[in-house]
Amino acid sequence: MPFIPHTEDDIREMLAAIGVAGLEQLFDEIPPGLKVESLPGVPPALTEMEVQRLMRERAELDSGGLNFIGAGAYEHHIPAAVWEITTRGEFYSAYTPYQAEASQGTLQLIYEYQSMMTALTGMDVSNASLYDGASAMAEAALMAVRAHRGSKSARILVPATVNPAYRRVAQSIAGGQGLNFELVPYCAETGTTLPEALARWDDADVTALVIQQPNFFGAYEDVAALTAWARNKGALVIAVVNPISLALLAPPGEWGEGGADIACGEGQPLGVPLSSGGPYFGFLACRQALVRQMPGRIVGRTVDLDGRDGFALTLQAREQHIRRSKATSNICTNQGLMVTAATIYMSLLGAEGLARVAAACVRNAGELVGQLGSVEGVRRAFAGPYFHETVLRFDRPVAPLLEALAERGILGGYDLSREYPELGHALLVCATETRTASDIETYFQALNDIMRRARVA
Amino acid sequence: MSNVPAELKYTRSHEWLRQEADGSYTVGITDHAQGALGDLVFVETPEPGRSVKAGEACAVVESVKAASDVYSPLAGEIVAANEALASQPDLLNSDPYGEGWIMRIRPAGAETSALLDANAYAESIKD
Repeated sequence: MPFIPHTEDDIREMLAAIGVAGLEQLFDEIPPGLKVESLPGVPPALTEMEVQRLMRERAELDSGGLNFIGAGAYEHHIPAAVWEITTRGEFYSAYTPYQAEASQGTLQLIYEYQSMMTALTGMDVSNASLYDGASAMAEAALMAVRAHRGSKSARILVPATVNPAYRRVAQSIAGGQGLNFELVPYCAETGTTLPEALARWDDADVTALVIQQPNFFGAYEDVAALTAWARNKGALVIAVVNPISLALLAPPGEWGEGGADIACGEGQPLGVPLSSGGPYFGFLACRQALVRQMPGRIVGRTVDLDGRDGFALTLQAREQHIRRSKATSNICTNQGLMVTAATIYMSLLGAEGLARVAAACVRNAGELVGQLGSVEGVRRAFAGPYFHETVLRFDRPVAPLLEALAERGILGGYDLSREYPELGHALLVCATETRTASDIETYFQALNDIMRRARVA
Repeated sequence: MSNVPAELKYTRSHEWLRQEADGSYTVGITDHAQGALGDLVFVETPEPGRSVKAGEACAVVESVKAASDVYSPLAGEIVAANEALASQPDLLNSDPYGEGWIMRIRPAGAETSALLDANAYAESIKD
């Protein structure tokens, strides 16, 4: 395709053709009150040289450290082949190509990804991915409201054990579209959502109930009982799940009697590096009956005129290039490159490999919690089993401890005091398969030492 | 040339309507509309009990390449929707004025003057 510049003359000619005096006039439709004259929060422009240096310095701040932080993004081993293959020229594009069917390889890869995600979640259909886990949850809530025509309240129950960042993003994306997110409190002993906590909505119209498994505290929700409550009321169930954990846990499609209706979550654990918070990808899968309310791209398998296998985008009539403002979503795209990595990651590990990763996570987290819990002044906040992270409660504020640990090269966990002040001095700690026995020993020694010194002083 | 039955009324947005013995109206899309859309793969019908305004989008017909709204020709209440379309959307292609009906509406008032008779509708789709 030739490079097509527009010169000053080209622009003048085009404006003249549509009878407009200047470029500014194209934006006359925007009310003056909405236009911003200046951006006070944005610093003055830097040169490319200055930006490169700034970014390098920032990146260096983020490098290294023995990582025990989870809280929604998880450090896993990524086989070298994953990104070696993903960054080949044939795959190296962020999106589905505009002439999608011309790129059969890309479409086949997305089709395989969708097949793997439906197998993992126990759902019938998956889309080609969304931005991230948080926006996937927001899209799932919007989808539930469209699909549940019998429910007029647009009330979505969201337990406080759902990732707080997801709750904020869902409010930002969907709050303005008439959805009402209501918070379900958790049990202070177990760190989970008790079915009794839902009793106050027994007589209310509820569109959907969100259930995160394992929840933000790493604990296991009683998904069967919670699903049963929602099904009894005729409310939809939105599962927010960690894909690695699904190698061991019941898939959302099998929760309770009848299972969840929509499953979504963060795909980052599947072969995508932590990388300072992104790019990641969200996944979204659902039952066949809801497919026309599902946002995003879907690749289908078909045969051509000669009977040969082929792949094509399907159900496009839901999408914005056809349905315009009435599309299932106008702020969704797929994260093609991240999905490529995830698909290769899952292919390399297979079901057995994924289960071994998950089992190693559980084992290492157990070891970590056992050791840290033996330090004086540290104990578990909640009883009950957990996946690869859980909450520890300290006898003193957590922030200074994390600073002291960071000085020794240890990223000790996620301080919960801002989002869950009622938990006191609480820290969310995580160990995946990447944390060895000696890593855990290093953390234990450092913490023990820091806590003891503080006591002596 | 598409079929425009003389006994029906029409809208400019390609719905047809027929008054039934009980005073309600059966509504569908015209033969011309189904021909233009091509093979239909999905029809979203309105929930019975819903009140609609004249000109309000209340159903969606979807073909392989397009999805279009169906507008209520009258103000009133949806009293029935064609459940058969859920599994057989192609009824709309094969029998748009019969088995392919979409919904039944109990009107809240008189017909609006914007409705067309068969001649006027046939004229409107001539080119």
